[in-house]
Amino acid sequence: MSGSPERIYHISGRGIPLRGNDMDTDRIMPARYLRVVSFEGLEQHLFEDDRKTNREHPFNDPRYAGATVLVVNENFGCGSSREHAPQGLARSGIRAIVGESFSEIFLGNSSILGLPCFSADHAAVERLQSLIEATPDVVIEADVEAGIVTAGALRLTATVHQAFRDAFLSGQWNPTAMLLADFDQVRAVANHLPYVSGF
Amino acid sequence: MPETLFHKVWNAHTVRTLPSGQTQLFVGLHLVHEVTSPQAFDMLRQHGWRVAFPERTFATVDHIVPTDSKRRPFLDLMAEEMTTALERNCREFGINLWSSDSPDQGIVHVIGPQLGLTQPGMTIACGDSHTSTHGAVGAIAFGIGTSQVRDVLASQCLALEPLKVRRIDVNGRLASGVYAKDVILTIIRRLGVQGGNGFAYEYGGTALDRMSIDERMTICNMSIEGGARAGYVNPDQTTFDFLRGRRFAPTGDAFDRAVAWWKGLASDPDAAYDDRVVYDAASIEPTVTWGINPGQSVSVTESIPADADEEALAFMGFSRGTRVRGTKIDVAFIGSCTNGRLSDLEEAARIVRGHHVAPHVKALVVPGSKEVARDAEARGLHEIFREAGFEWRGAGCSMCLGMNTDRLEGQQVCASSSNRNFKGRQGSPSGRTLLMSPAMVAAAAVAGEVADVRQMVEAGVPA
Repeated sequence: MSGSPERIYHISGRGIPLRGNDMDTDRIMPARYLRVVSFEGLEQHLFEDDRKTNREHPFNDPRYAGATVLVVNENFGCGSSREHAPQGLARSGIRAIVGESFSEIFLGNSSILGLPCFSADHAAVERLQSLIEATPDVVIEADVEAGIVTAGALRLTATVHQAFRDAFLSGQWNPTAMLLADFDQVRAVANHLPYVSGF
Repeated sequence: MPETLFHKVWNAHTVRTLPSGQTQLFVGLHLVHEVTSPQAFDMLRQHGWRVAFPERTFATVDHIVPTDSKRRPFLDLMAEEMTTALERNCREFGINLWSSDSPDQGIVHVIGPQLGLTQPGMTIACGDSHTSTHGAVGAIAFGIGTSQVRDVLASQCLALEPLKVRRIDVNGRLASGVYAKDVILTIIRRLGVQGGNGFAYEYGGTALDRMSIDERMTICNMSIEGGARAGYVNPDQTTFDFLRGRRFAPTGDAFDRAVAWWKGLASDPDAAYDDRVVYDAASIEPTVTWGINPGQSVSVTESIPADADEEALAFMGFSRGTRVRGTKIDVAFIGSCTNGRLSDLEEAARIVRGHHVAPHVKALVVPGSKEVARDAEARGLHEIFREAGFEWRGAGCSMCLGMNTDRLEGQQVCASSSNRNFKGRQGSPSGRTLLMSPAMVAAAAVAGEVADVRQMVEAGVPA
């Protein structure tokens, strides 16, 4: 999942609606599953505690099996910076997230994995969630460049934050190579800092 | 042109503008721990990359380490494996590590400032959202994910966009029994858990001016709970006094030159902010959370609001219009990067001295670092806690996130000095967390239920 200069223009697939605001990364990936030295297999533990206490949790619902577009509400991914949360989502097959808003660290962690997060207003997200609940087979088309998500007759304005959008479209969402490209300049900036060069 | 500290530091660390419009930002200090780094080191190996600035990279173990015994190999095999992996990675890549056997081991956000690694005007990154803590001395510090840990290891840089800056003034005096924790819980309650999205929080005002660096760390630590990725306080004489003599701080004339540079970084008096709020310290009371995010709080004398979230109430077993005060607790936890420093333990010890933990309560104190533990023991605090019925543990994150064996069981209710009351946060999926100051945790441990620490102070705890 690292290093591929793949351009991401468009995601297409069935959806999975997950209602609720402030869905924190402890709920997405409980801390006991951070007791690992690799990200492999994390998808098995997505929302594990919520799924155990709620049999009707969307991630338990066979109607949404194989979905690639997750649809969430406000402040999704708040809390811990654990990349294990978006890693688990990406490894479960999620290719895009549409939501009202995202925590900033989660947004950065998702984008660097090539997982675009689309922001739309409350009413639009609710309509999309309701549509998927009513017709789980509906195919969602998410266009990164246009900032448009369509599903059946629904058409939403849902934008990817500009810097991440440009990075997805140019295939530069994984920035390490860019950060290493001008290393002389990195050294120059470092040497100009008194706490690096010595007070 | 007048500028904020945030912008001065940002500009000084800007390498270039990337094609996406993001800034390539140099990271002055990279702190690493055992949980969010192993995959990053693996990615380095896959690509054949080295660590670009090993001398600006420091590691410790905190999240998973046992706090009952640090004898190796750990009984917890996964703790042993993750610690061993970090030891191997640091050896291979030439990184300075304070592992479980080092006298400097501790929570990464406690040891950074304690060792003087954390300094004003630095950019700091760590694979942990509470990295904002380091802003207390006037650094700009970001929590990052593991792929970004890889980026910083490989290039000492991050691809980021500048944040807006919200100035938060807290003016006046805090009443007795009201602490920095109450201030930040109140700020988060008022501005919301996502109110800080897109912002760095610059804290100031006469109440902050009077605070110690420990107290400022408590406030900056929880910036992320309000959605702000970074939080800071402008460096002042308190900051310089704090740093002087610390192991990694400049010495002699260099310290004076550093102070001159640090002073120049503070926000200019007429700097423009993207937003400003002003709070009255006197309006802040001892605060406790009732819900499942850190914004869901009330003062200890207040009732749970009429518009309280249904899901949170159902999980916590609370009702609208009732008080949190009087809620029976099962566990009392004093520790974490929020409130695990010496002054936190001193304040809690002041409350428990001469009292005993209620019989049904399991109470533990987990110092934020081995140095905190040593300093506390030199003052006899461990004896005060033990005599009162607390367990006195070794340094680590412990029950803040339940990654080691320190966990809630079932639906236990925990009075906790930590930072998150999320569902399942303390290791039991149905465990319930009430966030509060260390003094309030001490009061709850003694009373066996959530209590108003001010009443204990008035009842004769020596000030």
